This record gives sequence, C-alpha cells and structure tokens, in this order.
Amino acid sequence: MKKLLLVLTLVLTPALGWSAAPGGDMMDPNVNPHDKASLQRGAQLFANYCMACHEASMIRYNRIAQDLGIDEDLVERYLIFKPDTLVQETMTNAMSEEDAERWFGVAAPDLSLTARRHGPGYIYTFLNSFYVDEDAATGYDNTVISGTAMPHALESLQGRQQGVFEEQDGEEVLVGFEVEEGTGTMSESEYQAATQDLTNFLDYVAEPVKAERQRLGVWVLLFFAVFTVLAYFLKKEYWKDVH
Amino acid sequence: MSETRSGGLVGWIDDRFPMSKMWREHLSEYYAPKNFNFWYYFGSLALLALVIQIISGIFLTMNYIPSEDRAFESVEYIMRDVEWGWLIRYIHTTGASAFFVVVYLHMFRALMYGSYQKPRELLWIFGCLIFVLLMAEAFMGYMLPWGQMSYWGGQVIISLFGAIPFLGPDLALWIRGDYVVSEVTLGRFFALHVAAVPLVIILLVVAHILALHEVGSNNPDGIDIKKNKDANGVPKDGIPFHPYYSVKDLVGVGVFFLFFSVVLFYVPDFFGLFIEAPNFEKANPLVTPDHIAPVWYFAAFYAILRAVPDTFGGVLLMGLAVLILFVLPWLDRGRVRSIRYRGFSFKVALGLFAVGFILLTYLGTQPATAMNVIMSRIGSVIYFGYFIFLFVYTAFGLERTKPLPERVTS
Repeated sequence: MKKLLLVLTLVLTPALGWSAAPGGDMMDPNVNPHDKASLQRGAQLFANYCMACHEASMIRYNRIAQDLGIDEDLVERYLIFKPDTLVQETMTNAMSEEDAERWFGVAAPDLSLTARRHGPGYIYTFLNSFYVDEDAATGYDNTVISGTAMPHALESLQGRQQGVFEEQDGEEVLVGFEVEEGTGTMSESEYQAATQDLTNFLDYVAEPVKAERQRLGVWVLLFFAVFTVLAYFLKKEYWKDVH
Repeated sequence: MSETRSGGLVGWIDDRFPMSKMWREHLSEYYAPKNFNFWYYFGSLALLALVIQIISGIFLTMNYIPSEDRAFESVEYIMRDVEWGWLIRYIHTTGASAFFVVVYLHMFRALMYGSYQKPRELLWIFGCLIFVLLMAEAFMGYMLPWGQMSYWGGQVIISLFGAIPFLGPDLALWIRGDYVVSEVTLGRFFALHVAAVPLVIILLVVAHILALHEVGSNNPDGIDIKKNKDANGVPKDGIPFHPYYSVKDLVGVGVFFLFFSVVLFYVPDFFGLFIEAPNFEKANPLVTPDHIAPVWYFAAFYAILRAVPDTFGGVLLMGLAVLILFVLPWLDRGRVRSIRYRGFSFKVALGLFAVGFILLTYLGTQPATAMNVIMSRIGSVIYFGYFIFLFVYTAFGLERTKPLPERVTS
C-alpha cells in the first residue's frame, strides 16, 4: 500500500508542477459555474455591452435559459436584440465582418471559447486593464493586449481609467490604474464584481456543461468508491485459500 | 482437465466451437503466479483502456465530421448539443492519456522484472508493436479536433519525414496527400484512426495475450513457476486466472475508474496536459502558434528529437529511441530477471532511466531554450545509456546477482 501511494504520488506530482495552461500575471475572477445569479447578470452584460461587436456563436439562447434558470420569454425580451432571432438560435450579432474590419481594422473575435483558450483570468484582467491613451484611435490602450483595437466598451460603467506612471531607470513605467472620480456609474468594487460576472458567463459559454459535470461527478465517484470496496472484499473472500 | 462434454446448449456449441476449451485455456485453467503485486494491474487496465477508447470512439464517430470547415465545430457540437456528447468526448480524451499512463507503467513493470527475457521475447515485441501503433493512433486522433495544436502539431510531425535524405520530401507529401496539412490529410487520418489502426491494435493485443498464455506469466521474483508442479501438472505457485485474478483485477478497475472520474469530471483538460488550451482555437494555416508542444505522452521522444541540432539526426535518434526497445531482450544478457535479485548497479541504472524519462517528458512540453536543450541532451544520454550499460553490464559478466528462491515469495 505504501509503495502504491509512493508510485501514484510520483506519477502525479510532475503533472501538477508543469501545467501548460495559460496564466501569468492575471487577476483571479473566481469563476463559479454554480452561481446562477452571477451568470444571469453576466449574460445581461454580455448581451448589452459586448454583442454589438462580439458573438458567442456556439451557445444557443434556449440553452442559456435552461442552464441559468431564466424564462424563455425573458430571454427573448432582455437578451435577444437582433431582429427575427429565434430562442433556439445561437448568440450571433448583426455586424458583418467587412464592417468590423472597416471600423476597427479587425473582425471582433467570437468569444465562445475564449475562456478555455486563454483562461478566465485573461478575460477578467483584460476588462480591468483599459487605460486612457490619447494617441490610440479608440482613446484607450490595454495592458493585457497592448494596442488593442477594441474600444473600452464598459467605459460608461467603469469611468475613465488613467494609467499611473512612475519613472524607473529613466523610463516611464505603468505601475497602476486610477479611475477619474465621477466619470462612471459604478464604484470600483461594483465594476470589479460586474466584470467578474461577465467573465463567469463567458467561462460558462466556453463549457456550458461544467456545472453539470461537477454535480454529476460526486455521484460517479461515490459509485466507484462503493464498487471498489465491494470488489476488495470479494477479492479477499476468494483469496482466503491462497497461501 | 476432463474430456467429459456437457450437454445442452454449451455441449451443442462445444461440439462445433471450442468455447469451453478456450474458457479453460485462457481463464479458468490458465495458471498465473500467485505473487503478482501492484505492477501487475496495468496489463488488464490497458485492455480496459482499449475497450473504453473503442466504445467512446464509436459514439464520437456518429457525430464528428472530418472536414476542414466543420471538424472543429462538430467537436463543439458534440460538447454542447449531442445528448451526453460531452461525457463521451471527455471519456475519449481522458481515456487517451489514461491509456498511455497505464501502458508506460505496464512497460516499466517489464523492465523491473525482466518480463522481456527468454522465453518472452516475442511477447515483448508484440507489446512494442502495440506501443508504436498506439502512438500513431494517438497522433492521428489528435489531429481530428482541428484546433491550432492539432493542425500545427500534425504539420511539424509530418514534416519530420521530410528531413529524410532523398526520399523525405516525397514521403511527407505522400503522407499528407497535399503540400500542407489540409482536409485531404484530415480525411485519411480519420480513416486510419477509426478503422485501420484500431483493427491492427486489436489483432496485436490478441497475439500479445496468446503469446503470454503460451509461455506463461512472469512474476515479481522472475522465477519459472512451471518448474515446480504438483501431481496434476499444475504449478504449485500458480493459481487459476479466473476467479483469482479476475476478482483481483476488479479492484484495480475500481481504483482506475476513481482516478479516471476525478480527472473526467473535475479537471478534464488536466491543467492543459490532456487537452491543450491552444486547441480551443480553430486551425489556422496562416498563423503559427508561438510554442508548438506535443501532448505529454509524446513529449519524451520529442525532447530527444530536439536534443540533436540536425533535424535528420534528431529524427533518427527519436526513431532509435523507440526501436531500441525491440532489441532489449538481446541487449540484456543477464540470467536473473527480477530487480529483486539483480546487481546493485542495475537498480541504480533503472532508477536513473525512470528519472531521465520523466525529465525528458517534462522538457518536451517546454520551449526549447538553451538550458532545456542541454537538459534534453543529458536526458537522452541517460535514456540510451541505460541500454548500453545493460548490455555491457550483463554481456561481460559484471553483474553480481543474488541467489534466486526455489519458490515465489509473497
């Protein structure tokens, strides 16, 4: 038994040390697929602020209704803005790729799998890292994707966030952010909570089944635990006469 | 045992097909040593992993579409819209990695207890062939989701064939069926992945088991239990596989599924090792990812490839790293099979070999920095050093072995 544990530890330890998942200096949004209230708020933010440009073409409206516990009527009223869109269709928008390229230089990426591609921390940090840059076409730059073509879509909520610069070794270095008082409708903590909800929603969109698999997993593990115990006693019984 | 024929349906079948005979030969009267330990679970678990992959694979095939435009979307369709599709797909992705975990442990068991030594050379060779085909199967399966890593991983590995002098470029073209990896490549990889390679693997697994049952199982003491038989011709240290090992393996199956389920339900991408994050981006032939890393189970061989500055040299060395396994039974001239009774240097060498392999696996997933390349060279020297050491150590009689027991120890 001791040997067994040793082997399992040896086999599994390296895996923990060398995660190949994206990360780095990202803020942790504490995503929770079971927090339906947060996911609902996130869905609303996504439909209102993101979907003018971005799509989540892999998730259906009625799937959201079902998973997040929202009435389909409410989904139609508050989440679907594109005309003639049925509730069983996916979250697409009306902006064509040509228009996007003309207006922003690039097409706005589909956000269906962004949370799995870059990690939820990437989205959350990105949403909190816009700062005023008078030279940029959109008036904003971002520390996560520098020179981003994306305007600060949540500016009305957060307000104007300025970069705080400090001189280090003769160079101006960005060391933090400061929001201009009274320019946004949300306080700093409210904005963080809102972007957390939005990130949580995008994490859900990237893997809608996450909550379900975590819920189901407990029962499967319980089943195999009982199975293993029974198998162990069965083995013991059969092996009684082996010396 | 007895020649009496049973009546009824069983008797009717037995007159026409060796059903009971096969049952006896391979299960109820196949005598396995009674001293199997932890390491002996992985053979039956490898078989289980194969069954898991085949069954989950059949269901995936029902909804997967091997085309350039739709492959990526069809995988997400399986994850989202197909009833229980997510479960089946995660079973298949987790199963692929589990298969390699189990097979690597199974192979290491053979190294520890000398299970490849005479008379089990052919059994070992069948095993090595299964390993090679398993790598081909996994490589081709990895391309099917058509993500960035699927595409560029495939591009890199196929282009390695292009490094072979004269033949290379034509060979790579022949494999791809196109000048770059494309839908043509995807189509043939799909066919090979779901039909051709699994068929050959199944055939080889049958051959592997038949060879095992012909020569009998080795054991942690590495001694021959057939030398000590009772009046009925049954080995004194042998017990019928069924029911003794069938129920014992059931415990292993339970523990295996516990680990399997933890990964499947709570960390299906296993920190980016089982499902790599860049693969959530659809294949784009115009954008090369910054860092192309193979899946963990290929990483050791990839690290050996990168340890050599010249591409063709790297390809040769990587090929040699796999091929050298085939001749292991003839490199090891030792008379004693089990690590328990072998010389001290053998134990050190095998330990180093294991550490070296894990080191190479780690390095293969990391970017090729100058430091990592140097470490990969050290790892490669350890990897090949093991085989050279083993030959010198045993062929020139340098090994001081301990006396073997008459009967198996518990």
